[in-house]
Amino acid sequence: MTAALHNLLLHWEALPFGWRLTLRSLGGIIAIMLPLILAVAYLTLAERRIIGFMQVRMGPNRVGPWGLLQPFADVLKLVFKEVILPTNANRFLFLTAPIISITTAFAAWAVIPFGNGVILSDANAGLLYILALSSFGVYGVILAGWASNSKYAFLGAMRSAAQMVSYEIAMGFALVGVLLASHSLNLNQIVLGQSGNIGHWYLWPLLPLFMVYLISGVAETNRAPFDVAEGESEIVAGFHVEYSGTAFAAFFLAEYANMILISALAATLFCGGWLSPLQGWSWLAGTSLTFLTKTGFIWFALKICMFLYVFLWLRATFPRYRYDQIMRLGWKVFIPITILWLVLEGLAVVLKISPWFA
Amino acid sequence: MSAVRSWIKSLLLVELFQGLALTGKLFFAHKVTIRYPEEHIPKSPRYRGLHAQRRYANGEERCIACKLCEAVCPALAITIDSEQREDGTRRTTRYDIDLFKCIYCGFCEEACPVDAIVETSITEFHFEKRGEQIMTKEKLLSIGEKYEAQIAAERAADALYR
Repeated sequence: MTAALHNLLLHWEALPFGWRLTLRSLGGIIAIMLPLILAVAYLTLAERRIIGFMQVRMGPNRVGPWGLLQPFADVLKLVFKEVILPTNANRFLFLTAPIISITTAFAAWAVIPFGNGVILSDANAGLLYILALSSFGVYGVILAGWASNSKYAFLGAMRSAAQMVSYEIAMGFALVGVLLASHSLNLNQIVLGQSGNIGHWYLWPLLPLFMVYLISGVAETNRAPFDVAEGESEIVAGFHVEYSGTAFAAFFLAEYANMILISALAATLFCGGWLSPLQGWSWLAGTSLTFLTKTGFIWFALKICMFLYVFLWLRATFPRYRYDQIMRLGWKVFIPITILWLVLEGLAVVLKISPWFA
Repeated sequence: MSAVRSWIKSLLLVELFQGLALTGKLFFAHKVTIRYPEEHIPKSPRYRGLHAQRRYANGEERCIACKLCEAVCPALAITIDSEQREDGTRRTTRYDIDLFKCIYCGFCEEACPVDAIVETSITEFHFEKRGEQIMTKEKLLSIGEKYEAQIAAERAADALYR
């Protein structure tokens, strides 16, 4: 057994560097993608159950115990449905759009740190990469709306294009606040910059930016109450009216993967990523609870779950914003707030206000 | 002044947090949904569902073919033919209720002098072929035999108020 392992290791060492890099990346991609897809599947179930509970009903509970097999039933249904291509649609773009959506949603995970240094690509400009990809995700929606050659889809695409571009600005400014505080674009460095205790998290000095980021994140992912791009009651399903089967599933997957991404980013940038919220509580050291102060992936996962719950909570609570109100909120409220706070934060950085900017 | 206050109120998302608090509270509220095939809503003993014909304890059928139910039925759903049996009593040879015509008013049960025709609280029944909606005497009697305990209990529970 050990001989075989040793042999395998020798083969591994014998591989050219490029091969090893490719294989290692491939392994990392699979290790991120599979749990992510599973998380998306169960997020759909969690969404229906949680919203159901908030509306004082049960939600889906028939397929498997507590409805736990419901996502697989949904996937089977979607996979076996026909992908209908509208006659007047641009075939190439019609099929490219969901691929763009899903690719950008998954690709952004490359720079998310799951633990100290546990990261697929430890890019220096990780934050820029994420901003670039989330901007690119708009193309999936716009192309889908345009290529469908349908009025509803086109209206949805136009709405979401304007909305996503507007909120990108506020979101970008909120991220600049994090950048100012951490002096780094590397997400791992940003998390490390928040270590110490829960008071060192950027959440506290950047609270307004955090709120702006969270709300812009909801708007970026076209989730309720900012889901005018879909707006069932107004424009049927918006940009994806004409999609069915797997193509529709791709949009669905992308939307939920984006939700998880925004939650992961909120946790990473403002809430100390994989750091324990109990870190630095010295009275816990030496007791049997000392493991609670250790950093680890579990804290990251818990924080993501918390933000995802907030996403669902918002959807269960608020009615859809009117379109002009969305625009007003983005341009006339969020952007001034972020700019004002960036100025104040700049002052704090210059004056080296501890513990965050020391 | 009130403009400033409302400006601050909207900036701090006060009303939005109030809304979130409400849904957050309802998340833990008792869920009133009935899981239907496993759970049922409680039914009154007076519930008017599927019809049945009852027998006496000695096995003799109650119906004496007086045709009061046929006469009272507002939907003309009941058809009765009768004859004189060898022992001299009058009995039905045919007792059909068309459940598509029936409006489940319960008048037949009210009219019956011998409590022969009753409406049970059974609601879960269906027909698979055309013609099955005609409840013949045999079908009605077999339902009565099968659910006699339930039928008797429901009559007893309601007897106090009659």
